[in-house]
Amino acid sequence: MSTRTFKFEALSRVEGEGSVTLKTREGELAGVQLRIFEPPRFFEAFLVDRSHDEVPDITSRICGICPIAYQTSSATAFESLFGIRLDPMVRELRRLIYAGEWIESHALHVHMLHAPDFLGYEDAVKMAAGEPEAVKRGLRMKKVGNAIMTLVGGREIHPINIRVGGFYAAPTKDALLTLRDSLQAALDDAVLSARWVSGFDFPDFDPVTEYVSMRNGTEYPIFEGRLVSTDGLDIALSEFGEHFQEFQEQHAHALHCTHVGFGPYQVGPLARYNLNRQLLTPVARQIADELKLGERVTNPFKSILVRAVETIYAIEESLRIIDGYEQPSKPCAEYRPVAGVAHGCSEAPRGMCYHRYEVTASGMIAKAQIVPPTSQNQARIERDLREWIPGILHLPEDKLRWKVEQAVRNYDPCISCATHFLRLKIEEV
Amino acid sequence: MRPPRKPKLAVWKFASCDGCQLTLLDCEDELLDIVGAVDIAYFPEATRVHMPGPYDISLVEGSITTTDDARRIQEVRKQSKVLVAIGACATSGGIQALRNEANVHDYAETVYPHPEWIESLAKSKPIQEYVTVDYELRGCPISKTQLLEFLTAVLAGRKPNLPTYSVCEECKRKGRVCVVVSKGTACMGPITQAGCGAICPSFGRGCYGCFGPNDSANTESWSATMSKIGVSRLEQLRMLRGINCAAEPLATQSEALSR
Repeated sequence: MSTRTFKFEALSRVEGEGSVTLKTREGELAGVQLRIFEPPRFFEAFLVDRSHDEVPDITSRICGICPIAYQTSSATAFESLFGIRLDPMVRELRRLIYAGEWIESHALHVHMLHAPDFLGYEDAVKMAAGEPEAVKRGLRMKKVGNAIMTLVGGREIHPINIRVGGFYAAPTKDALLTLRDSLQAALDDAVLSARWVSGFDFPDFDPVTEYVSMRNGTEYPIFEGRLVSTDGLDIALSEFGEHFQEFQEQHAHALHCTHVGFGPYQVGPLARYNLNRQLLTPVARQIADELKLGERVTNPFKSILVRAVETIYAIEESLRIIDGYEQPSKPCAEYRPVAGVAHGCSEAPRGMCYHRYEVTASGMIAKAQIVPPTSQNQARIERDLREWIPGILHLPEDKLRWKVEQAVRNYDPCISCATHFLRLKIEEV
Repeated sequence: MRPPRKPKLAVWKFASCDGCQLTLLDCEDELLDIVGAVDIAYFPEATRVHMPGPYDISLVEGSITTTDDARRIQEVRKQSKVLVAIGACATSGGIQALRNEANVHDYAETVYPHPEWIESLAKSKPIQEYVTVDYELRGCPISKTQLLEFLTAVLAGRKPNLPTYSVCEECKRKGRVCVVVSKGTACMGPITQAGCGAICPSFGRGCYGCFGPNDSANTESWSATMSKIGVSRLEQLRMLRGINCAAEPLATQSEALSR
């Protein structure tokens, strides 16, 4: 009997450290494991006994790629528990800085991390030789996203301006207007890029799964709203724990999450699109139609198309906010902490990120739970590999490795979203 | 004639959030020039390319928290002519060094149902605790300006110009009103190394120490000033126990305050 084990170490063009192990027996796929060996950093443990107003600055450090997601999920959790109503313009600024993170993260992933796979380049630098305009477009858009985060947040990585109740300081209207021209140009770039990625070859692969995202019914989801799914889930954030369960798998190095009674599910661009398509802005919807995305996108390789469409959305949303903005009289609401359980959630570029905090009457953290998007998608990634690899197992090992990496990159995994991610005493399969 | 060999740049990751290496990709205007000047020999966040060592410049992100990583950093050192620790995790152990004063097993139990499956060292330590570090770039995250200055200097064979003075000096130069004096806001600016551009005071809040202690940080005097404006001992402790909690003299001062 011939048994082979392929170990594809150190997945590249993903955030953080992971690897994939495949096991074959008699030429058939016998096992797949996505191993995440990011060392543990124990955020949930050291959040205990910290004050609620320190939490956004701490959780931000979970991930340098999507700090706004962590800051927003934390801040909105406490705002909801303390009964804080954000000034409408403060809320708009929160959406604006989050849109900046989407633009930056999606532009990076679409152009520099994912597109090279479809065109056979090892990276964006090599791709720049054959596709110079696309790479430059990607960098320009990424820069606009970063410019939004820097203007509203102080800097692009671990911005310093978000606090429970709003912001430390709100920009003037004139300051925001300085972003307008570059956003307008980015909109044209984003449309060109969406058309560019639509010309890629996509393998036929449409796994059946449940998609979970936020929804508030009035705007494409970024934060605020309920959790809904394509299988009919419709719950308040406070019900998360009754429907979703985290568990530890010895091989998997990170807590997995399952929808109780349903199994693995998917969060991220496909989930948002499949559940909120009608809420896209005009140009984003027009391009989604032009790209024939339809009511639902189920091919994970086509996530690059949805990211391109969401980039257009985030740019249009930024322009709308800037045009309607008036500087609020106070950047931050006054509030008093109350004891209770705080639930917060927001849509990180790579999917929904849920936070739960037990808070004392003096506003101190007694317990913290953070469920990052990539730990939710882990089981789904493994299942994709299990279903897709049998059809490509005949490929030579280097090609197979590349295809496996591409399939993992479909999820834009952010392995450093590291709350639970760990290395364990590894047992050989 | 063959063109001169370009220096080989490698980017390594240990326990971290990826933000410091992302700073390199965030140099949107300069990125294509940078890759024109160096060969990106190893940078898994950005490329599948993996050229073998030795490397001319290694940027090392993250702290050492596992026995395997303690071994791996030795290998990185062996393969690197110039080794640069980038960011708070690599230069001081990072925010995850908060575990250093706690029981790691308790921490693991808080986070994981099966703590026995977790292998982690008792302390999160900076790179220089394990190997010789040639340069440090501070910050959480590092500053793009400092990264570009560093790369330019090293490629030109000169010494990089990196500040060792405090955020206060940077803040004054920007003409900001002092948040401690004008509003009585707790601020770590007087004991924190410059480099961020004094962004927190510029947004009306106190500095929380991303760049770690500056050369001559006087933490006792800082505590006295904070007490004078009404910042409680517990609040001071929480400030010291932040992004660079394991760095001296912050660690000593927090120990003194907790006695």
